[in-house]
Amino acid sequence: MRRALAPAAFGAALAAVLIALPHGLSFSQQEILVFLTINILVVASYRLLTLTGEWSLAHVVIMGVGAYASALYSKEFGVFVPVAMLLGACTSALVAMALSYPLFRMKGFYFLIGSFAAGEIIRLLWKRFRDPFGGPKGLKKIEPMPDFDIGIWRFDFFEPTSYYYFALAVVGFCLWTMWRVEKSPVGLTFHAVHWQDRLAEAAGVNVRAYRTLAFVIASGFAGLAGALLAHYIGTINPNSFDIEQMVFVLTWAIVGGTATFYGPILGCVVLTGLNEILLRELGLEQGRPLAYGLVLIGFVLFLPKGLEGLAEKALKALDARIGSGMAGGRQP
Amino acid sequence: MSAPLLQVSRLGMRFGGLAAVSDLSFSVEHGAIHGLIGPNGAGKTTTFNLVSGFYKPTDGEVRLRGERISGLRMFEVARRGVVRTFQHSTLFSELTVLENVLVGTHLMFRPNIFAAIAGWDRADRRGARARAEEALDFFGMLGHAGARAGDLSHGHQRSLGLAVAMAAHPEVLLLDEPFTGMNPEETGTMMALMRKLRDSGVTILIVEHDMHAIMGLCERITVMNFGKLLAEGSPDEIRRHPGVVEAYLGSARNAA
Repeated sequence: MRRALAPAAFGAALAAVLIALPHGLSFSQQEILVFLTINILVVASYRLLTLTGEWSLAHVVIMGVGAYASALYSKEFGVFVPVAMLLGACTSALVAMALSYPLFRMKGFYFLIGSFAAGEIIRLLWKRFRDPFGGPKGLKKIEPMPDFDIGIWRFDFFEPTSYYYFALAVVGFCLWTMWRVEKSPVGLTFHAVHWQDRLAEAAGVNVRAYRTLAFVIASGFAGLAGALLAHYIGTINPNSFDIEQMVFVLTWAIVGGTATFYGPILGCVVLTGLNEILLRELGLEQGRPLAYGLVLIGFVLFLPKGLEGLAEKALKALDARIGSGMAGGRQP
Repeated sequence: MSAPLLQVSRLGMRFGGLAAVSDLSFSVEHGAIHGLIGPNGAGKTTTFNLVSGFYKPTDGEVRLRGERISGLRMFEVARRGVVRTFQHSTLFSELTVLENVLVGTHLMFRPNIFAAIAGWDRADRRGARARAEEALDFFGMLGHAGARAGDLSHGHQRSLGLAVAMAAHPEVLLLDEPFTGMNPEETGTMMALMRKLRDSGVTILIVEHDMHAIMGLCERITVMNFGKLLAEGSPDEIRRHPGVVEAYLGSARNAA
């Protein structure tokens, strides 16, 4: 009984904190909060991709595909912005589908390099074609989200708090969806493909189709994150989605750990906090890649299980303390 | 039913210039336990990989109930009812025992992502779980359902490998050296389980070194040597076959 109530209570408390959060912060901190929310979607979708065992270096570029597509749909064709965002996500998923044909002929390291090359090709296309992608300068004056009123709150999307609530709702729904996928038989099949693709295939699993499925879904969510970003900052260019950004995503995922659903999210939150509080206060913002590099090396060497490893240990200790008997294992 | 369930005809496999299997023909009757044996390097495992769809043959074909299955990919072969196990303990060692077997139910309860998100697949999930538990129960593993597969003992890992294959409800089960590394007692238990499996309607093809187990278990045996068919017949016929005795040079008697 108490165990069943605990998650609900935890969820309610978390929701209350998340809703109250922007009100204690300065304008620039609220902006960071918006980016953090979007980045959580990026890193969580990245984990979905890694469930089948392949690590891609194109994820941020795929996110950029969603950003460019959504920006162009609203700009060129006057599509209503939320609809354009959804179409942007679909475009990312379709591009991922097309990329999966050459990419999933490769595995492991070759897949990693292949995905990097594919991402760079897309980025070069953005740079090369001034029309419609705006060349190296990218797209400017992207349509913002139209304001609207829901009675208790007037959404003015130049206000970071408003956009934060909007992004929070979208990202929350996406995370819920990804959670449902992972805890379903589809998610189990992803894990099976990861751990023993030959045995999975012998059991009748179309391994390549499942790898593609994970890649396409993850890319769709990444595209949505890109669209959320584009309509908030209003300007994007090819360098917004370069390999440096990808390394940040990788660092969040590795520092957080990818064995649990919350691991990468934890990594993203902690590192962003570290970044904004420590580096910004010390005036060392330029040192972000250096700091990330050091943190990454430190974690790989000393905490290969990531922050989630620490969290799991703490939870187990707590469980043992409460004396609820069985340690909380993973559910099928 | 006079036509054989599984028919291998003029099967050949070349790796570059090396013919690992050539001109091999045999057939497996419905409801049989059929052994495929031979000295090391005879091409047994290659044959096994050809039948299961892990390799594509360079010559010849494999037919299941008249339908050609050679050249199909492994999951397509599995979908037609021919499910294989692997040598050694190939399992999803990071997953629990129950999760391992649930993957085996993939064919019977094909997951659907939209139903999974919306929660419309409850009946399927229950069905898959029931089937998985049935398969575990069959091999006496139900008590280990929550354990991590990688933590099981060797014998239990073997049983789990079979349970995963059985959960897929195969028509033909291909077993790759199921007795390797087992003590006589474990071998005896495993033989009994296989007979039980056969009695439940599954046709079994075994590739094996362990002559004692093969002779005691199989109704028909195919012997290979140097990639070719050497002999075929009942265990008694095989035991007396001069070519077989020569190929094994008595080492077979010690193998048990």
